[in-house]
Amino acid sequence: MEKRLFTPLTDQVIEELRVGDKVLLNGYIYTARDAAHKRMVEAISNGDMPPFDMKGQVIYYVGPTPPKPGQVIGSAGPTTAIRMDKYVEPLLKLGLKGMIGKGYRSTQVKELLKKYKAVYFAAVGGVAVLLAKSIKSSEVIAYEDLGTEAIRRLYVEDFPVIVANDIYGGDVFEEGRRKFARIEI
Amino acid sequence: MREVHCDKIIKAVKEIAIKANYELPQDVVYAFQSAVEKEESPIGKEVLKQILLNAQTAKEEQMAYCQDTGVAVLFVEIGQDVHVVGGSLVDALNEGIRQAYTEGYLRASMVYDPVFERKNTKDNTPAVIHFFIVPGDKIRITFAPKGAGSENTSRLAMLKPADGWEGVKRFVLETVKLAGPNACPPLTVGVGIGGNFEYCALLSKKALLRKTGERSKDPVARRIEEELIEDINKLGLGPMGFGGTVTAVDVRVELYPCHIASLPVAVNVQCHASRHAEVEL
Repeated sequence: MEKRLFTPLTDQVIEELRVGDKVLLNGYIYTARDAAHKRMVEAISNGDMPPFDMKGQVIYYVGPTPPKPGQVIGSAGPTTAIRMDKYVEPLLKLGLKGMIGKGYRSTQVKELLKKYKAVYFAAVGGVAVLLAKSIKSSEVIAYEDLGTEAIRRLYVEDFPVIVANDIYGGDVFEEGRRKFARIEI
Repeated sequence: MREVHCDKIIKAVKEIAIKANYELPQDVVYAFQSAVEKEESPIGKEVLKQILLNAQTAKEEQMAYCQDTGVAVLFVEIGQDVHVVGGSLVDALNEGIRQAYTEGYLRASMVYDPVFERKNTKDNTPAVIHFFIVPGDKIRITFAPKGAGSENTSRLAMLKPADGWEGVKRFVLETVKLAGPNACPPLTVGVGIGGNFEYCALLSKKALLRKTGERSKDPVARRIEEELIEDINKLGLGPMGFGGTVTAVDVRVELYPCHIASLPVAVNVQCHASRHAEVEL
């Protein structure tokens, strides 16, 4: 079943999402990866606010290639989410509702998703040209000096993701692997 | 002695670096096409089809297949009878990379200081360059950009000789299982066994340069490759780790003699963006 969602996300929407749900995201989302997370979380711990209001928002873990003339954005697939795990809690506290990346999350983040009512979406890693087609506008809003790692506000239309971790403790990767595993190590 | 000018090297490196990032090699595309048939999981099949469409679109629109255009890795085979003129060979190789990444709309992903400041070098240099001296008077350059998602999941172990084949196999399977979706399967797994600490790592990376499905000429390595691919695909990870029967499209093993007290094993995990391009000068 495919669900079409619009940002910002509410608790009610989050409660309805289950692991494995295919979701088409619409609206504004924000990009941030390693360096931007480090800066945002340092800012928060110094008592400052991050560059955008987290309430109900979705962060996409991506560092795009530069756009060619006439393009909105270059190739833009997800990066490995687990590297951001250390920085997740302060953002959830400010109301972040969704993260898009690829790969596993830590047990700690899965617990935090339950506590703060948020979800982790997986996008298909490496299909960076196809994913870029769902991005209709892109604007650097902070940390421009970080280049590809700057924070961008993207407007997306039907951006395809899968619910990888929900607020009920489910894990799409664990469940998928168990179905097909013929050996255990 | 045959001479090759640096300007020619710069131009050639620039061309292969852009090409490798825009166009997935045909052998890799064929491997994914046959994987669509083999894959039992519906979502796995769907992911494989997206991967194929992404490859086709990237090539048609001349865009980077993946946004992680990688560390620029160069394998340079230099004939012992060739002379490089017009400057430094290392500088020429890096200049080719710089031009490719800045003019080819490729992502700059390198930082100067790995621990503290981590300031971007802005042109994806320096490259990681491996030199090999070979017979002849040609220079053969292979460019193989490597994304961090899969490189970060690669591992090395200094096993005991008593661990034997069982130990080696367990280490390879463990590495693939731990890598899981983070490494963007379907994978190509490069395994280096033997040599010493640094040499087995290099062997595992070198193994990735062979064509998909091209088995080792060494009968022992070939047997190991066949056994490993079967077991890796029983792990159940599947395309992008959503569960399935195609976790790897290939496993390639390189063997080398080693010390009586050692059994070094390195596993270099390659994501589905198994990019490379070559040129001979």
